[in-house]
Amino acid sequence: MAAILDRRTVLAGAGAIAALPHLRARALAADPLKVGFLYVGPVGDFGYTHAHDVARKKTQDFYGEKIKTNYVENVPEGPDAERVLRQLAQEGNALIFATSFGFMNATAKVAKALPKVYFEHATGYMRGPNLATYNARFYEGRAVIGTIAGMMSKTGVGGYVASFPIPEVVMGINCFTLAARKVNPKFQTKVLWLSTWYDPAKEADAAKALADQGADIITQHTDSPAPLQVCEQKGLYGFGQASDMSSIAPKAHLTAIVDNWAPYYIGRVKAVMDGTWKTGDTWWGLKQDTVQIAPYNPAMPDNVKKAADDVKSAIIAGTLHPVTGPITDNKGTPRLKDGEKATDEMLEKMDWYVEGVQS
Amino acid sequence: MSLEIAISIVMTLVIAATPILLAGLGELVVEKSGVLNLGVEGMMLVGAVAGFITASLTGFTPAGYAAAALAGLCASLLFGVLALTIGANQVATGLALTIFGTGLSSLAGAGFVGTTIARLPALFPQSIAGHPILRLAFGYDVIVYLSIALTLAAAWFLNHTRSGLILRCVGESDVSAHAIGYPVTAIRYLAVAFGGALAGLAGAYYSLAVTPMWADRITAGRGWIALALVVFSSWRPWRLLLGAYIFGAVMTLELYSKAAGFALLPPEMLAMLPYLATVVALAVIAMRPSRGRLDAPRCLGKTFRAGA
Repeated sequence: MAAILDRRTVLAGAGAIAALPHLRARALAADPLKVGFLYVGPVGDFGYTHAHDVARKKTQDFYGEKIKTNYVENVPEGPDAERVLRQLAQEGNALIFATSFGFMNATAKVAKALPKVYFEHATGYMRGPNLATYNARFYEGRAVIGTIAGMMSKTGVGGYVASFPIPEVVMGINCFTLAARKVNPKFQTKVLWLSTWYDPAKEADAAKALADQGADIITQHTDSPAPLQVCEQKGLYGFGQASDMSSIAPKAHLTAIVDNWAPYYIGRVKAVMDGTWKTGDTWWGLKQDTVQIAPYNPAMPDNVKKAADDVKSAIIAGTLHPVTGPITDNKGTPRLKDGEKATDEMLEKMDWYVEGVQS
Repeated sequence: MSLEIAISIVMTLVIAATPILLAGLGELVVEKSGVLNLGVEGMMLVGAVAGFITASLTGFTPAGYAAAALAGLCASLLFGVLALTIGANQVATGLALTIFGTGLSSLAGAGFVGTTIARLPALFPQSIAGHPILRLAFGYDVIVYLSIALTLAAAWFLNHTRSGLILRCVGESDVSAHAIGYPVTAIRYLAVAFGGALAGLAGAYYSLAVTPMWADRITAGRGWIALALVVFSSWRPWRLLLGAYIFGAVMTLELYSKAAGFALLPPEMLAMLPYLATVVALAVIAMRPSRGRLDAPRCLGKTFRAGA
């Protein structure tokens, strides 16, 4: 009985969605376009999800009453995401942004089932006629902070609080380490995997463990400012993740890689409004201002500021690619020849670590 | 491994163990009275946000802890009204309390995201609290010592006082306790309130001491670990103390061993270790030939209605 009811509800929902585009075309002038967002963490994480939500609000403000944005936070990566995606579609959201890598399979599945709804998946690689992917070249930011880390570290050991060994995180670790070793060839990066994007207490303990192992500069690819706080307490240096976190650790916070998704979201909403939405893969970086570098800590010496600025402007100008050979991985296998630049495809599938990474 | 790192590991594990000990101890007393409150995580979050907001506005961290205990207590009374007075299903009410507490804390804390406050200083003077070796025993804030003292007090209360006996009696056989003339519901209210206050305090330990800041869901599921811990302890305060420190050690040592370059276990295992330890403990306890039961209070989770 329950199963039949469920199926019936789903069928009814699917019917409603099939009818949607016509309704939308007719009602566009009167009804606001509904845009849905799926978040992996809480909007108050002050990190990754927070950055997406800031962009959502900017998009809402930009279009005012012409659109209505909705979000669902704390969605677990996995089967539950599929349920939430379907629900967002049933509620009439014509454009849905799934903002975490782990939503990939669920988004691909739901996109196939609901061909009239536009889906956008962040940081993934599965695409379809109504499923586009978008990402930011955070690794470019990692190259900037890696340069700073290499110059600021006295012990030559950096700590890296990491979430899951997916290409997105791996390329960040590699770019950070490559940039740091460019200014200090002996620089080592100790990586600690936590198997979570968000767990402040665990992130703090990981930072402590790294500090006790000699790391005097700590960066992170998890979402809370907890590791920075440990740096502040222990008199070490760190970097903000996704948002400017200097309010949490004014002394330790050297700069932050700030995610600025607003230009992309505003553009995609416009495409749906104009009927020009097309699938594709968008990968913007420092140049398009999707990846921003937060203001430097005043305590940072001028030569470090300059070196960081130089790396940043070279990346923007296109004269520097953060992953340029010769590169040997940390097991001794040559990966890139002298002068060879990593292709986007190589970055998207990266599953090896450069020399100097201890993972 | 150097001595300095060893001391640092122990200090980290004590900090990791303290909030789960506090929350677990509160829940242990609640469960001893025959009530299963699965709202620990929610009460912890309510306490965490109330504590942070109070400490942030007054600039006085102890006031934060007091407010946290009070907020946790109030949240638990909500559970009390639903589950004890009205007689709603305890499991459902507890889960609802967790969902409610998570949402409420997120709403209340929205304006405080990204701010920080001062931690409580160590209880003892800097000369011993900052000493390279003595800090191992004297380098903590007052909450750490309070959590241990409360465990001792709870053990004494439950096993050596008349009131403790009555509380256990209510949990073992509510009908008998009622027949003798004990106010079962009132006693359970007291236990639930105590559990709520400790859960609030435990939550505040995250937002005021472990990571002194406000971020949504700052406890990140530790309330569930505290619940597992109560089962792990087979409802004995001493074992709860031991268990909390074992759980703390498991969480901390794994991070340190990895940072030092020995990967004992894949990180996915690390996340499940406390729960795995609980399952193993349950199996071991259940297999003991002398005691074929888990020592759970007999009336745990059962709704009591006077005259029913």
